[in-house]
Amino acid sequence: MTFKELTNRAKSEWEALQSSTHILVGTATCGRAAGAMETVKAFEEELKRRNIEVKVIEVGCMGLCYAEPLVAISRPESLRVVYHHMTQELVPRLVEGYIISDDPCLELALGTFEVGEEGEAPYIPELPRFEKELRLVLRRCGYIDPENINHYLANDGYRGLEKALKMRPEEIIEEIKKSGLRGRGGAGFPTGLKWEICHSYSATPKYIVCNADEGDPGAFMDRIVLESDPQQVIEGMIIGGYAIGADEGYIYIRAEYPLAVERVKVALQQAEKLGFLGDNILSSGFGFRINLATGAGAFVSGEETGLMAAIEGETSEPRPRPPYPAESGLWGKPTALNNVKTFANIHLIVERGADWFASIGTEKSKGTALFSLAGKIKDSGLTEVPMGTTIREIVYDIGDGILNDREFKAVQIGGPSGGMIPANLQDTPIDFDSLTSIGSMMGSGGFIVMDEDDCAVDATCFFVDFITRESCGKCTPCRVGNLQMLKVLENITNGKGKMEDIDFLLELAEDIKGGSLCALGGTAPNPVLTSIRYFQDEYAAHVLEKRCPAKVCTNLTAYCILQDKCDRSCEHCVLTCPTEAIGGGVGKIKHIDQEKCVNCGTCRDVCPPKYNAVVKLSPISSLPLEDFAAKEKAVAKAIEESET
Amino acid sequence: MRKEESVTEQLKGTLTPDRKERKNLISLLQEIQESLGYLPREAMTELAKFLEMPAVRVYSVATFYNQFRFTSIGKYPIQVCLGTACHLRGGKLILQEFERQLGIKVGETSQDGNFSLERVACMGCCMLAPVVRIGDRAPAVKIGDKIYPKMTPFKVDEISVPYKQEIEKERSEEEQIPQ
Repeated sequence: MTFKELTNRAKSEWEALQSSTHILVGTATCGRAAGAMETVKAFEEELKRRNIEVKVIEVGCMGLCYAEPLVAISRPESLRVVYHHMTQELVPRLVEGYIISDDPCLELALGTFEVGEEGEAPYIPELPRFEKELRLVLRRCGYIDPENINHYLANDGYRGLEKALKMRPEEIIEEIKKSGLRGRGGAGFPTGLKWEICHSYSATPKYIVCNADEGDPGAFMDRIVLESDPQQVIEGMIIGGYAIGADEGYIYIRAEYPLAVERVKVALQQAEKLGFLGDNILSSGFGFRINLATGAGAFVSGEETGLMAAIEGETSEPRPRPPYPAESGLWGKPTALNNVKTFANIHLIVERGADWFASIGTEKSKGTALFSLAGKIKDSGLTEVPMGTTIREIVYDIGDGILNDREFKAVQIGGPSGGMIPANLQDTPIDFDSLTSIGSMMGSGGFIVMDEDDCAVDATCFFVDFITRESCGKCTPCRVGNLQMLKVLENITNGKGKMEDIDFLLELAEDIKGGSLCALGGTAPNPVLTSIRYFQDEYAAHVLEKRCPAKVCTNLTAYCILQDKCDRSCEHCVLTCPTEAIGGGVGKIKHIDQEKCVNCGTCRDVCPPKYNAVVKLSPISSLPLEDFAAKEKAVAKAIEESET
Repeated sequence: MRKEESVTEQLKGTLTPDRKERKNLISLLQEIQESLGYLPREAMTELAKFLEMPAVRVYSVATFYNQFRFTSIGKYPIQVCLGTACHLRGGKLILQEFERQLGIKVGETSQDGNFSLERVACMGCCMLAPVVRIGDRAPAVKIGDKIYPKMTPFKVDEISVPYKQEIEKERSEEEQIPQ
């Protein structure tokens, strides 16, 4: 079949679906964790029980992860409605209401896709989130079945490839260069330039590699893109292959994302079946194949030379560059390695033109940025905004502000390689260069919000601990330097720090930055440098007062039951304490045995709000004298245990 | 692991002549772990012979990656997420509570072989933090694995109940089978 015939067939399938009543359920990993598969099953059973033939389609994620499970019901000539938190119990009501009768159950709705009556559910495109967003990569996510290539084809899929195959490779590279697209993996290297260099080498074979080893904790953009709309990534890779002159590609996905692996597998099979992969693609004479490789769990595999070593079956140890992969990559051959989101942008640039793409974003950062919002933010999930959008807009307009209306403290952008940006810099526009100028980096798109209850020192310690575990050990600055930073940071969180430690950390951080072989080591000190730069008073409180201002560091904080607030007849804390640390007996005021307490906070969670008798204190010297002695003993024991 | 067969026998289906290329090392290790539950020494030696490389190279690659394990896994492997979002929302407390409840440390398997406990870096479910994943008789992460969202130390006991009941049920069924 020709491309036109394939598209027409796909369009008629899509239109038939649109003109029938159907139900979409978001079943990406985030939806599943919230119970989406139970919702799907409940729909299927309820429809079967009532003998109704309505299609239930599993789609990816719309990015509104906070509201999952998410369900959309489409009825011809009626409002299309999206429902939030649609757990299985609510399914019969929805079937009764909007499948059988004409009640759209708007009290359960997040919004509608068409403008409804005044006072009904909100019109989705006018929600503050969608007004600030610009969805290019995400535009089909959550609307199409990721395991049905016809849904992709019916929604402009493979039009970029069809156009690209009629262009000369040099023209494509020129177009990508002109668009200003920069690599979405973090470093922001111009994609067109990378491809041009790769194209210029005559060695064959050449390779296209897609980096889907999203190892940055707190980031899930690539997972959602692959689980929701994998064909656009495949299309970008094929165009890349044609442009640089490669006939083989690899997509490397971390094994921790089993659903993404599965959906990409299906997508590759379908693309091959319709002739978008294989020999002589769309009768152009160009042939291209894509292999799937699954990662085995190493953060350093996300580094480009480490990733290629992993594909070759080696340990993922980075090697010095130059030579860059564009010259000598996979098996020593010219290789263009890009991130999932970079490939996802390619077909749009080819199809709509470089000028269109370059009109979005800032002067030096074009297009959109994808962020996964997590941490202490109300509406966590995935968002896509034009470059240049400020941190404030993302936190408040898109994320609806801080959880439980606590105070916004900082945001960690770029994961363990990024920096901690304080709330007073929230008007910083998000683009590659602005973030670098304040000590952070774009990274791959993790956006973790911290509030007043998060400790800057503890969070830094967490990132350095992560890097220490994940350092491959090849070069000394990274292997030994990060471990040394971790020891010093742990000392500070244990109340054993000295003021000169802070200067030592700064000095060591610069050495690690300058002396490491790859970006993992080179960026590892960023959280240390930024947290000291922006939260020095917190470091000082830990060192000088042995106090953790956010009351997070376990060895500097203690729980205590306020005698005058505790109710004698209540036993909640006693019954739930996992270490039986709470005594006092029935009918007596409760008391925490500080030697047994493990700071889990269960007592505070279960203490009825009308008493609110459990408080957290820091420093521990603010405990009553006897308790303080017991706590000191427990802390000394805990530190000793952690050191052995 | 089916004890009656030797490791060589069990690997026959995996180590097929068309997969002798060096680049298959990691995927072969993944498949072996998938079928045996972990990587016994004999399997790695066997694989080294098959790929015609020193056993130490196989061992070096296997120990480099977090996914591979060298001791058998519990019937219900428990993975506690300690990604950034989970850390900020108390993931460590969940891990410690599992350690207390199961009487094992992270990285260990309970003596009866029912549970093993691991920490993982991120599952990509940060909006539901902190999360715990409990698998079913498989070392690799599966699509159908149950993910428990918004955990608290108090919920640790609660989510363990169905697994303990299942173990108890299987045990009593086994006892009923006449020997």
